[in-house]
Amino acid sequence: MFRNRANAVGTMISQVFILSSKGDHLIYKDFRGEASNNVINVFYEMVTSLRGDQPPVVMNHEGLHFIHVRQGGLYCVATTTANPSPFTIIEFLNRFLGLIKDYCGSLSEKSVKMNFALIYEMLDEMLDYGYIQTSSTDILKNFIQTEAVSSKPFSLFDLSNVGLFGADTQQSKVAPSAAASRPIMSSRDQGVKNEIFVDVIERLTVVIGANGVLMKAEIQGEIRVKCYLPSCSEMRIGLNEEFSIGKSQLRGYGSAVRVDECRFHQAVKLEEFDSYRILRICPSQGEQTVMQYQLSDDLPSAPPFRLFPTVERDSGGRLLIYLKLRCDLPPKSAALNVSVTVPVPKGSLSLSQELSSPDQKAELQPSSKAVLWEIPRFPGGAQLSALFKLEVPGLSSASLLEVGPVSLSFELPKHTCTGLQIRFLRLSPAQPGPPQRWVRYVTHSDSYTIRI
Amino acid sequence: MPYLGSEETVKELRRALSNPNVQSDRLRYRNVILRVIQCMTQGLDMSALYMEMVKASATVDIVQKKLVYLYMCTYAGLKPDLALLAINTLRKDCADPNPMVRGLALRNMCNLRMPGITEYIQQPVLTGLRDKASYVRRVAVLGCAKMQNLQPDTEIDGAVVNELYSMLRDPDPVVMVNCLRALEEILKDEGGVVINKPIAHHLLNRLADLDSWGQSEALAFLLRYRPRGEDELFDILNLLDGFLHSGHSAVATATLRLFLQLAAAHLAVQADALGRTRGPLLAACSAQSRELRFAGLCHVQQVLRSLPAHFSAHYKKFFCSYSEPSYIKFRKMEILVELVNDENVVLVLEELQAYCTDVSPELAQAAIFAVGRIGRTYSERCLNILTNLLGLKQDHITSAVVQTFRDLVWLCPQCTPSVCAAVAGCQDYVQDSEGKQALIWLLGVHGDQISGAPYVLEEYIDGVKTELSPVVKLELLTAAVRLFLSRPAETQDMLGRLLHYCIEEESDMSVRDRALMCYRLLRCGVEETNRVLGGPKSDPSLGVIAGPTEEPINSWVPHFNTLQPVSGRESWPTATTRGSSEQPPQSAVQPSLAGAGSREVTSSREAGGAGAFCLSLDPVLAPEAFEKHWLQLEVSHTEALPCPGPPSSPETLQAALQMVKIQALAFSRPDALPWKVYAYTHGSGSLVLAELLRQADPDSDSGLDQLTVTVKQEPRNEQALRGFISVLKTVLQTLTSDSS
Repeated sequence: MFRNRANAVGTMISQVFILSSKGDHLIYKDFRGEASNNVINVFYEMVTSLRGDQPPVVMNHEGLHFIHVRQGGLYCVATTTANPSPFTIIEFLNRFLGLIKDYCGSLSEKSVKMNFALIYEMLDEMLDYGYIQTSSTDILKNFIQTEAVSSKPFSLFDLSNVGLFGADTQQSKVAPSAAASRPIMSSRDQGVKNEIFVDVIERLTVVIGANGVLMKAEIQGEIRVKCYLPSCSEMRIGLNEEFSIGKSQLRGYGSAVRVDECRFHQAVKLEEFDSYRILRICPSQGEQTVMQYQLSDDLPSAPPFRLFPTVERDSGGRLLIYLKLRCDLPPKSAALNVSVTVPVPKGSLSLSQELSSPDQKAELQPSSKAVLWEIPRFPGGAQLSALFKLEVPGLSSASLLEVGPVSLSFELPKHTCTGLQIRFLRLSPAQPGPPQRWVRYVTHSDSYTIRI
Repeated sequence: MPYLGSEETVKELRRALSNPNVQSDRLRYRNVILRVIQCMTQGLDMSALYMEMVKASATVDIVQKKLVYLYMCTYAGLKPDLALLAINTLRKDCADPNPMVRGLALRNMCNLRMPGITEYIQQPVLTGLRDKASYVRRVAVLGCAKMQNLQPDTEIDGAVVNELYSMLRDPDPVVMVNCLRALEEILKDEGGVVINKPIAHHLLNRLADLDSWGQSEALAFLLRYRPRGEDELFDILNLLDGFLHSGHSAVATATLRLFLQLAAAHLAVQADALGRTRGPLLAACSAQSRELRFAGLCHVQQVLRSLPAHFSAHYKKFFCSYSEPSYIKFRKMEILVELVNDENVVLVLEELQAYCTDVSPELAQAAIFAVGRIGRTYSERCLNILTNLLGLKQDHITSAVVQTFRDLVWLCPQCTPSVCAAVAGCQDYVQDSEGKQALIWLLGVHGDQISGAPYVLEEYIDGVKTELSPVVKLELLTAAVRLFLSRPAETQDMLGRLLHYCIEEESDMSVRDRALMCYRLLRCGVEETNRVLGGPKSDPSLGVIAGPTEEPINSWVPHFNTLQPVSGRESWPTATTRGSSEQPPQSAVQPSLAGAGSREVTSSREAGGAGAFCLSLDPVLAPEAFEKHWLQLEVSHTEALPCPGPPSSPETLQAALQMVKIQALAFSRPDALPWKVYAYTHGSGSLVLAELLRQADPDSDSGLDQLTVTVKQEPRNEQALRGFISVLKTVLQTLTSDSS
């Protein structure tokens, strides 16, 4: 049994460990000697035997709390005997994994295995006696001595990056796809590459009702800076001048970019924000979120996809689903990796399909009983259609109710749904050998649901 | 996990470590050490290499040093004598000109958890406190805490404590926060670090210099401070104001908790703070990290306990994304149920309806139960949705709908005709025992309105031999007798068969007992049977108790931003039963829409009239008579019932007790301690007198978490006693889970 410290104030973490999805121990560090390393296996048994409805984030075992986050197929776990703020621990674990990504280039079982010495070194500096000391790359870089071993995954479809750059573009300067997944510190002896990336990333949540009415629309956006500059210099990021926050500030021009709410990183200086919409920040090495914003309900433009479905029973007792999908993006942009999931009756046995072009795919997924229709590239203004014929024994009119709601996932490179743009990006004082600056936009679908 | 060949590995590594050729090649040496650490991580016992590793610590290569220190700290407890050999190197490093080396050595020296180490580390730690490098001071401050915890029985060194208090003024913010942490650990037996006025204001003024981790930590320590007066209070709140909007959810929630606690007496200030943290909380609920989302949702639920309408305008934020894991979807549905109001009910129901056909049966059922909860207020709309779902003819959906129907009928009698029309024909699709119980109950109680009831029940009776669940059989017995009362001609024959089977062939004791009881009851005559089993067919008043009641904000503030709201509800009480006043074990039991709601209903119903045991208030007992009996009788039973939180208002308690036929005669004031209630009832021919007592425990506050029940009886009757206690428990649970 563990000493109960539920009364003590202070975020004391007893152990930190990282497990692979198969339960292999990749990293284990005990900070306080309060529990043995057997608890790793206890944790793995608990987390793998949970039912779907049981929340896994915080679990208990004989007075020891396990708090974990799952990313990149890894379990990153902190244990504690105290009763700390869950937000602190979860944010810390996320930050820890973010740092691993920064230092090792990517977050995967392989990169953690290859860089375990560096990760131990990082943990040693981040936590002392289980108390968080620092998580800033500016401080950590002075103490971390181990070189990262970069494990560049050889993959034609590196999904984590394809959204940002995968599009063929008219733009002449496009960052190579692996540019932002390299270790921040490896520049020590190789040819130094001064680069800074500013990404505007939006996550779109949309629910469209059966009658085509937009029921819910929400955008969660952030401006993320990934900095490979060896020394810190001040950066000025200029946003759209017509950028407004809150409902009351609507201006008369149609081009205004509006968000409901906006939050900034602690280090952002906002003196020039009110009048010129300029953010000033000294970025530290690695990745940081400079600004977060959200917008609900009033999207400035139509949602990117509309669906016109027809569901009926044919004379042979088969279920026919006819989908017409229209992409309402401007003609120059395109959506990538669009996948459309259509839940179908549980009794469905087989699928035959008619798709409009050969690069599309559709299949019936037996486990989730859904038709998955995949479209690698969907240009703006285009309309695609698909006809699915399903063999469903004992098809009744009630079975038709089981079709839907349709959900879409996709990426919209070079597109922001709010219209937020970076006007300029200036570094001062001017660097010797001016750094490469990249600005990238992408919208991801967080959840895009269309009712039938 | 040790596996075959681990001894071989150790041998091989030892050979490599002691090979002079390897030792002279820095890279090769480091690689061998890396392999040792790798094996250690995998769980192999590498402690046999301690000697070789200690030797490897004497190096100028900092990376190698760090790796060796990690090894030494891991196995120091197993090899204390060998670990002492490393002390010399470590002490030498503590005087190194490079502050990084000094800090590293000091930190790891303090991490060697083994007896007798204190005498070696004391001097370096004390020197470290005055080091000019803040990095070393940070390490030394925590070193003081480690030192104290290594020998918990020794007296606290007052000089160190004073030094640490004075170091709260250290220019380095991390040193300051570490001082708080160290003092908290060293002084834990005296209640932790003292936050007096100068310290509190010092912390508040330096809050902006700290990074977000330090801020949330300092805010947690400030919870301990009580301002002297209104002016100071508002000064503090002004200083804190900006942090409510922090981009870090941990800082925003920590500030909110501090705000709520400081302004405990100012409801308007609390409401204002909650209004302004709505944004950060909602942002956490839609954060990219799903774990953060979950924590956000759990804390939204806390706020909803007091302010049910707080997030109603933002109900769309709680619509589920299709890619979210189920545990998040469950929370979102629970929240949606709470947020329903006249404006959004149509859209919320439309949304929930979409989840009812989810591929995951658990999720679909939870969605159906959620619709049922909303049906208690908006019954017509929900009945339409539920009835349409029956058309899908799927087992798990039909079962959940039938269970929802049962609860709706019990709470909202106006639903009965539509439900009775809808349940006909469902029996083929109800396969699980919960669904069967619900359907059988409906057939028994409302058989007069369901034309096919006897035929459906007959199917169940004919299949009783293959029925596995005893609970279904119990329900079947009661339902058959009830149906016999309302439609005797059609039911008589099958009831006979059922009773015969259950008495003669059934192996489950409780089923047989119930059958025998029904049989004897029927022999007493129809009227007697009707009086016992007929009971009320609905209880709308229970909906008032089971429905959401607004709790005071201060009731959940002590748990806000702790692990409790995010822990699994079942697991929390067992995890910290030895806990403090901060965790009343039962308060984690909230009304969960999926299970608890219907369970409460079932248990109260069982207790109220239908079951084998029945309480009554006749004959009435006058207070004087009660007093006389109480003084004469001996205590027949004492039990502690878990019952956290302040006592409910006397009216609520009295009403709730009366509903289960327990009459309360006298109450203490709600805030009094000890707090008492005297009550009486009759059961199975025995007069039951009871005293409920909530007492202040002088040592800890834990006494507040339970009620001591003292029961006296005349004449003694074990069955009546057990029945009484179980009824009382149900009532208290219902009350505390909904309104503590």
